[in-house]
Parts: sequence; C-alpha cells; structure tokens
Amino acid sequence: MSGDKVWVRVTQSENIPLREGRSVRIDNREIAVFNLGDRFLAIDNSCPHKGGPLSEGIVSGTTVVCPLHAWKVDLNTGTVIGQGSETPCVRTYQARVQNGVVDVELPIELTVKPPTAMGCTIGLDINAGPLLLGERGA
Amino acid sequence: MKQRLVVVGNGMAGVACVEQILKHSPKFEITIFGDETHVNYNRILLSCVLAGEKNAEDIVLNSLDWYEKHRIELRLGVRITHVNAEGKTVTGDDGSVVPFDKLLIATGSSPLIPPIEGVKKKGVFVFRNLDDTRALLDHAAPGKKAVVIGGGLLGLEAARGLQVQGCDVTVVHLMDTLMERQLDLVGGGYLKAKMECLGVKVLLERNTVAVLGKDKAEGVAFKDGTSIEADFVVIAAGIRPNAELGRKAGLAVNRGIVVNDHMETSNPDIFAVGECVEHNGACYGLVAPLFEQGKVLAATITGNKGPVYSGTVQAAKLKIMGVDVFSAGNFSEKSPGVDAVRYEDPALGVYKKLIVHDGKLAGVILVGDTSESHRYVDWLRSKTDLTNMRRQLLFPGPAVDSGQDVAEMADSKVICGCNGVTKGTIIQAVHEKGISTLAQLKDCTRASTGCGSCTELCQHLLKAVSPEFQEESKKNLCKCVAFPEDKLRDILRSQRLRSVQEVLDIYGNGVGCEVCKPALSYMLDMLWCGDHDEDRSARFINDRVHANIQKDGTFSVVPRIRGGVTSAEQLRRIADVADKYKVPMVKITGSQRIDLLGVKKADLPKMWADLGMPSGQAYTKGVRMVKTCVGTDFCRFGVQDSTKAGIELERRLEHLYTPHKLKMGAVGCPRNCAEATVKDIGLVGQDGTWQVVVGGAAGKKVRKADLLITVESTEEALQAATLFFQYYRENANYLERTYDFVERVSIEKVRRDTVYAPLAVQQGLRERLRKSKRLARDAWLEGDEPRHPTQFVQIKPMERLQV
Repeated sequence: MSGDKVWVRVTQSENIPLREGRSVRIDNREIAVFNLGDRFLAIDNSCPHKGGPLSEGIVSGTTVVCPLHAWKVDLNTGTVIGQGSETPCVRTYQARVQNGVVDVELPIELTVKPPTAMGCTIGLDINAGPLLLGERGA
Repeated sequence: MKQRLVVVGNGMAGVACVEQILKHSPKFEITIFGDETHVNYNRILLSCVLAGEKNAEDIVLNSLDWYEKHRIELRLGVRITHVNAEGKTVTGDDGSVVPFDKLLIATGSSPLIPPIEGVKKKGVFVFRNLDDTRALLDHAAPGKKAVVIGGGLLGLEAARGLQVQGCDVTVVHLMDTLMERQLDLVGGGYLKAKMECLGVKVLLERNTVAVLGKDKAEGVAFKDGTSIEADFVVIAAGIRPNAELGRKAGLAVNRGIVVNDHMETSNPDIFAVGECVEHNGACYGLVAPLFEQGKVLAATITGNKGPVYSGTVQAAKLKIMGVDVFSAGNFSEKSPGVDAVRYEDPALGVYKKLIVHDGKLAGVILVGDTSESHRYVDWLRSKTDLTNMRRQLLFPGPAVDSGQDVAEMADSKVICGCNGVTKGTIIQAVHEKGISTLAQLKDCTRASTGCGSCTELCQHLLKAVSPEFQEESKKNLCKCVAFPEDKLRDILRSQRLRSVQEVLDIYGNGVGCEVCKPALSYMLDMLWCGDHDEDRSARFINDRVHANIQKDGTFSVVPRIRGGVTSAEQLRRIADVADKYKVPMVKITGSQRIDLLGVKKADLPKMWADLGMPSGQAYTKGVRMVKTCVGTDFCRFGVQDSTKAGIELERRLEHLYTPHKLKMGAVGCPRNCAEATVKDIGLVGQDGTWQVVVGGAAGKKVRKADLLITVESTEEALQAATLFFQYYRENANYLERTYDFVERVSIEKVRRDTVYAPLAVQQGLRERLRKSKRLARDAWLEGDEPRHPTQFVQIKPMERLQV
C-alpha cells in the first residue's frame, strides 16, 4: 500500500454485470466501476461535459459513452476521446479483484476535503456529441 | 450440313465452353449429356446453399430456356460410359448410342476418398454437387455432431455451412495447417483462430483411419489411437480428375486428359476442358482456368485456331461470410531472389504476405482483409515490375480520385476472374446496352456472378463509366461492423446469430460502440421475434431500466394510458404515487399521457408496482402511443369510433420495439383533433370509411402522412396499420423514422409490399408480428423480477475509508 492511498473493498464482482458499470458512493465521492470481463476499471461517476452519470453509459472497448450527450471517456486515462486533447478530465482509480471482491484504491486526502473538479481546459460544445440516443420525445 | 458436337458434362466448364463456341459460329448441332439431373449451376456457390445464404434456384447459371434458345439437346441423368473413338459414337448408361463429329469431354472431377475404413457406412457424405448438398441439408440438424475430414477450401466451407445449420462441427485435417496449399503456417493460424471464433472445432495433424459405428457412422478413429464421436461424416479431402472416358477413347492420359496449348487432345476430333484435363503437368480445381481454357478451346474447335492457353495463376478465395481468406500464386520463400513482405495485426486478425521474386509479385496471402486482392491478382497476371512501388505494396497511398483505380486499369484487365470478364468487355456492354445497375451487368456479361469477390470493383467501374449509374446510397452501420444494415439483417438471419457480442466477434471489431450495439440489439430482437440472447450491456440505459434518463441522472416514468383514455380511479392512483415518492414534476405530455419526472432509479420498481399500470415505453425506440380524439361517444361531429379503434391498435402493438420511436393517432373525423395525419401511423375516420396514413411527422421535421389505403371496416384499418408496422420494423434502418423510411422507399413500394402484396407475403408479415407479440411483455414486470440483482439497486461499499 502506498503512503497516501488505500484500497477499499467495494462489492462482490458479480454485482457488476459484464460490460456494464455501476456507481458506488464512498464517503463523499461517487465512483463508477466497470466490468470489462478481464478486469475492472474505476473513474469518477461524472461526465466533464454536463455531469452525466458515466456508470450508466454503454461500454465500447475501454471507453464509456455518457448517456446524456454521448461524450466518450477513456476508462484507463480519464481523457475525453475525439477532442484532440490528452488532458485527463475525469479522475481514474486503480481497481482490482481479490477473493471475488472488487477493490478500488482511493487517495486518503480526498476523503478529508471534498473533491474538486479536475483541470479540464478544453472548451466543448454541448452539441458535439454525435448522437443523442436518449432524446426525449413522449 | 451441321456438324454434330457431343458434350459430355453439363457442368460449369462444359457449358461455359459451349457458350464460347456459340459466340464463334452456329455450325454445330449440339447435344449435352449431364449425369446430374439439374441444369448448369454455379458449383462454387454450393457452400452458400449449404450455409443458407442462397437457394438452389439462386445458383442456376443456364436455365432450360437457354438450352432451348440455342437448340441444344439436353440429356440429363444420363452418364456416358463408353466412347468409341473410331466409330465416333458415345454410349450412355441408358443404352443409347449417339454419333458425333466432334466430342467435348468436360467430366470434371470426383471427390477423392482417402483410404479410410468404413467409408461406405450410412452417414458418410461427400460434398461435390447439388444432390450432396441437399442430402447434407436433410441430415443437418441442431445439436448433431458433424465431422468434416479435410481442412481445405471445400472442407472449411462445408463445416461452416453445417454449423450454420446448427450442427456441432469438428474439422479434422491431416496437415499441420488449414488450407496448406493456399496458406503458410502463420496465415493458417489466423484462419484457425477465426474458424474457432465462429464455433467450428479444428483438429490438426490427425490421420483419420476409420469411420466407427455398426452400419451407421458413429465416430471417426485416428491413427494415434484417439477417436471422436460423430452423427455423420463429410469427406472433403480433395478431388481427382474424371479422366476415365479419355482412357476409353484412347487419349493420352496422365492424372488428367492431356491437352496442349490449343486445348487439343491426342485425337483431333476429341477435346477436353476443365477439371478433367491436365495442361503442362497441372490439373486445376478452381473456376478461373475453366473459362480461360474454354475460350481457347472454342477458337480451336470452330476452326479459328490461334489463341493459346498458357496456364492460369491459381487464385483461391474462401467463401465464408466474415472469414476473408485469399491466396494466389506461389509463396515459397526458399528460392534465391525472393523477399517476403509481411503485415499482421493479431487484434484485428489480419495477416498479409506478399512474395516478391526479382521485383515481381510471385504470390500473395491475405487473411482477415481481402479488399486489395484484385490489385495483387493484377500484378501477378501482368507481372508488373514493383521496384518503384515497394513502399506501397501493402499500404496504397490514399486515393485522391475515387475513379483513379478504375482509370489506371488497362482495358484487357480481367475484372471478374471467375468468368474472365475484362474491363473492356464491361465498358463495351455499358455503352452498347445502356447498363446502369449491377444486376444488369450480371445478366449481360456474367461479371460478378461467380465468387462475388469483384462486386465492389464492378460497382466502381459502373460508377466511373455509366452515365446513368445510380449509386445505391448504402451507408455502413458504423466502423465497428462495416456492413450496410440490410446486408447485416441478411447476415444475422442466414448465419443465425442471436447475440450482439457474437455479431461483433465474427463480423465486427469485437468491441462495438454506442451506435452499433443498440442497432444490433434491435435487429436481433426483430429478426428472432424476441427469441434471442438479449444483452443488456449493448442497450442504452433507458432500455436497461425501462425509464427515460434526465439531465440530472434521475428518470421519468410514463405509464401506458391506452388511447389517452383514463379514469378517476387511475388518476387518483397516479396522484398518490406522485405524493408518496415526492415526484418533483407531474406533466401532461403532448401524447395524452402523464409523465412523472425526477424519479430515482432505486424507486422505479416500487413506483411501477404502486401504479399497477403497464410501461408506456416513453423511454425507448418502440411503440409509444396512440393518441385519440373523443370519437363518436360524445363528439357531435365524430363519424368513426376513434377511441375504441385507437385503444385496440395500441393493445395490438404495445410492448414491441421499432427502429425508432413510433407514434400513432386515431381521429373520428377529418377535423383531425388528435393530429393523426402527422403521426407515424394514423387512422383518419371518414363517413363510412377509414383512411390509413403513414409516415407523418411533427417533430424536427413536419410532414403530412401519405395515404396507405382507404378501407371500410375498423378491422381492415387495423390490419392495414399493423401490416405497415411490421414492414417498417423489418425494413427500416435503425433510428430511421417512418417519415424518412417512407420517403426513401417510396409510398408506392410500401403499398406494393404491404396492402397490395400477395396474400402469402401479408401472412408472412402477420405471422412474424404475431410471434414477436407472443414473446413481448410489459417491461415494467421486471420490477418484480430484475434481470440482475443490482439493476435498480444502488451498490453500497463494503467498507468506508479508514483515515
């Protein structure tokens, strides 16, 4: 265990279906955990665009597509795909499975002070998403 | 007097040669003998028949009309058993003796049966002709264990065909790599992986010594002492030329009937063509040589001797959907002056190897991506000097001008290798016959009727040359699964694919995205009428929890209120639910429904239970609602009972999914209070009739619906509406609203294919709709029986952070 981080036992791995995500609230952070079959990945459950719940998105390889406006976030790096920027906009966390339980590694200091938004500088357009799957229309 | 030409063999080689002879002169009176009882068909497409991609009728090359038109006497089901070369007669197994002036032997080849004990047992098949294919189709059934002996082109195609029919298939191969005559070890490895990905088991280096079982095949035994079970066995271990008649006629025969460069045998009045011949020491078992030989032979036999046959560059393409394998030429790396240029990507399953000998292409192997095969075949045939193109061998520079490719080809370039059709021939046909579609081109020149690998090139050529060419504007679904949607529907249906991941693994990049996954989910649901392996991870969140996600991550709940007709009791219940769950907003929608907005995911199942009403599907690409006016019950003007009709229409279609959301309306008079003429499907009541209208819109686009039909009774109106509904489900692209669909297809065609379609077609649509409806259920019932334990439940961490 590193000095300023700690592994937290989150949930039985079978609670997260294959190629889906689930959100979990740990203290004051909401984290989205994804089951990619061969591994689990964890990121903040908030799209840098409009705060959409990334855990509800369709998983495409190691990318999740935000359910609100189809922004694509790389689950490994936290970068937004297709915006030509390498800057991570979503915080990522180490995840592992031990004895059938998914663990997520959290920085200790984050639990003391509330999380702050990461330094995402890219200006993005709300209509940039390619396809609004959840378009309203009752 | 005309000379009598007798042709022994009614297969591709013999008939193609006769076609060439007819082009030269009508000087012959022709009789063709065929021991099969079918007209000439495309033998290389038998594997497509076995795989369910084509019917037997689809692969016919020459219909009876063609034989009649050319006054050819066709004797089917007669095998020629003897040739009297001196007396110039042939004798059939029916006892008939027929004289000839010239004889053409085109007897093809037979399956090679390796020395395996027990091959005469029941349940042992070969795969050579249409009757074999039919026998295999009769025998194949889901769950049956099939063993295919031979891992060459034919064996693999047979294996996949049987597997598509539901069999559990194992391919047994003697050598250490599949298709070893066409591939190297690496390429064979990629192919093996792909076959296994399809679900076909592969056993290499197994020498089959016996078919086990008493009277009937029950398994096969190998030399190493092991064995496997089998319900039936297919032997596809190669072919041998049928040269027996040549021997009987006293011709020079080695492995095949020996012919020279003019396609002459050792007897000036007897000719031979196709797989039964041997030219320059080589016997061919592929299709292109037949056509090249046939052309030369036709010139020689009609007295126009001149053209010579100088052998064919062997090219082979595996015809298994989704398994692209192409090989041509010679790929031995051992000789001096030979370079092997390679590229491989294990993730994509792509392997390419070019063998360059003294600056010229000598051989090519393509696995996983055969799109450039025509370029390589061209280089092989024309012996192009590649010295200056070394950097572009595997990766051509981006084409600036899409017509460039075509413009760079010489007129003599063979476009269709199967039928030997050159670019010049196609251009000539376009100019002389005014050809503008691929179908016309096929009819007129035969191009692209063989293996189909030149289809794309033919399209390019047509586009470049034909003034009237109309490009079929078919967009691929997406980069992950690069097929147009209609093609995908065919693939899914014929290949019996039942899960999204299976489709992605076999026909896509294995990953998928937010575009193709929901589209494939829909297609599978529609094609299998709900009887498929639904993968929730491939669906949008709305379809995972049956509610519409809102900007803050909460959901909205819209219960089904059929026809917009509710009751005080129902409204009271809705109000109680809104109170109990502290719903922030209750809204009357534009669709005569009530929307409860701002609901937490975890509350959804409880709310649904408290409401006791079915899902209104307001969150999905599916049947939304039927909006109605008050009809005849109270309205002074109503002339048709629109509420009753609308409620019934909604009841018949509710819970079903559609390519895009589907909204309907029913109005009792032409005043159109419920706006039926701007709905996807509308019923407009008139005095004594109903107008059924389709393709209306009042959203992003405003469009007045087209009239589908006018009928007298309400039941007829409902029938017409549901007919269109299923037609839209089956033929529209995903996310294509009816108003775009109707415009793309044209309302005339929609009418022809639905309300004016033959009864059998209408019954087919109805039956599939009935099947889908039988399995469709109210999605909200999942509240009581979740698909997954955490479908609606917020996960709580097992521990807190200890600081």
